Amino acid sequence: MTDTTVLELVSPSALLKSEPVEMVVVPGTDGNFGVLPKHSPMISTIRPGVIDIYAGGKVSERIFVAGGVAEVNPERCTILAEEAVPVSDLKADEAQARLEAAEADLKSAETAHDKANAERALDVARAQIQALTN
Amino acid sequence: MASLKDLRSRIASVKSTRKITSAMKMVAASKLRRAQDAAEAARPYAERMGTMLGRLATAVGSNEGAPKLLAGTGKDDVHLLVVFTADRGLCGGFNASIVKAARLKALALKGEGKTVKIICVGRKGSDALKREFGDNIVARYTGIEGKKGIDFSSATEVADKVLALYDEGEFDVCTIFYNKFVSAISQVPTAQQLIPFAGEEVDEQEEAAGSSAVYEYEPSEEAILADLLPRNVGVQIFGAMLESSASEHGARMSAMDNATRNAGDMIDRLSIQYNRSRQAQITNELIEIISGAEAL
Repeated sequence: MTDTTVLELVSPSALLKSEPVEMVVVPGTDGNFGVLPKHSPMISTIRPGVIDIYAGGKVSERIFVAGGVAEVNPERCTILAEEAVPVSDLKADEAQARLEAAEADLKSAETAHDKANAERALDVARAQIQALTN
Repeated sequence: MASLKDLRSRIASVKSTRKITSAMKMVAASKLRRAQDAAEAARPYAERMGTMLGRLATAVGSNEGAPKLLAGTGKDDVHLLVVFTADRGLCGGFNASIVKAARLKALALKGEGKTVKIICVGRKGSDALKREFGDNIVARYTGIEGKKGIDFSSATEVADKVLALYDEGEFDVCTIFYNKFVSAISQVPTAQQLIPFAGEEVDEQEEAAGSSAVYEYEPSEEAILADLLPRNVGVQIFGAMLESSASEHGARMSAMDNATRNAGDMIDRLSIQYNRSRQAQITNELIEIISGAEAL
């Protein structure tokens, strides 16, 4: 049996996943990183992107996350995500609508705070579209 | 003495009241179950967030560069109270107890010469507080709980407002008031400090495990902390909303249960009274007939 590490994917409203996996690739803010069993401990923020879960040397599951944090230690990989959807459930037109809404928000944003929020929403929408195209 | 007709109509009206309260009780019970599930499902996130933040807070400590959300503004002059109540009444002492706790705190702070600002989540709270603290209320939110329960986005909305106010230097300390759900018949009004972040004590075992492993931080402790702290505000507010909603349904359920029971008692009493007066009337009529017959 191959070595596994426990992947925990948690969103604010539920514990979405808690299962052993062979490898998982996480879109960190400073670049993607793969987590294998016995990974050295680290904490990283996550940019909007896709988490790839590997089983038997192939990608078995792809989940889109809209940013969050990951904590990795030798036994487990905990991902706190504010929004997590399997890529197969994403819809191209919804993502496009989101992108347009975010662009409109950015245009009408007045305070720096609103602007930052809109920019974040824009990043999420772009990442969603990208997740769909490849 | 009420006439028979009056009694009959009172019994009928109490009966229909009982029907309504027992229906409300059932509705509250099923909503309670859902709210409780949601509150439990949200716990893992909050817990992990808490431990991660605790670890980071110890790592960064009270460095010069510590984010404002962690270190505070260094002042203690303006307090923001976020009060979570229900949108609707008929749930026993639920709204009253939380409003009372917030009111006492606000009065105490005012007594110390501090400025108080209030954000009301839920209509009942703002109704109750607006007479006394109308000028202090900076924002109101209603209709948090939709058809499908509470959405994280409504928590984000409130959190954004709080964070925006903090960024503008509108307050120094933020405390949230909500009913913590213990059981269907017991809810505890709780005050919790939200800003600056008051880390929970990491227990010893956890500490030992944490210190033996030295964490790498990507991009850096400060950057992660700066990202996590605002998220944590959202998560805490979300948690408070869920607890408050579970408490609300619990409180309503027991209040409606009581009301149903009281209505039942009242119906029993009224029925006895009704039967007595009916029998008295019959006896009276008999006496009249008999004495009429004797007189012949």
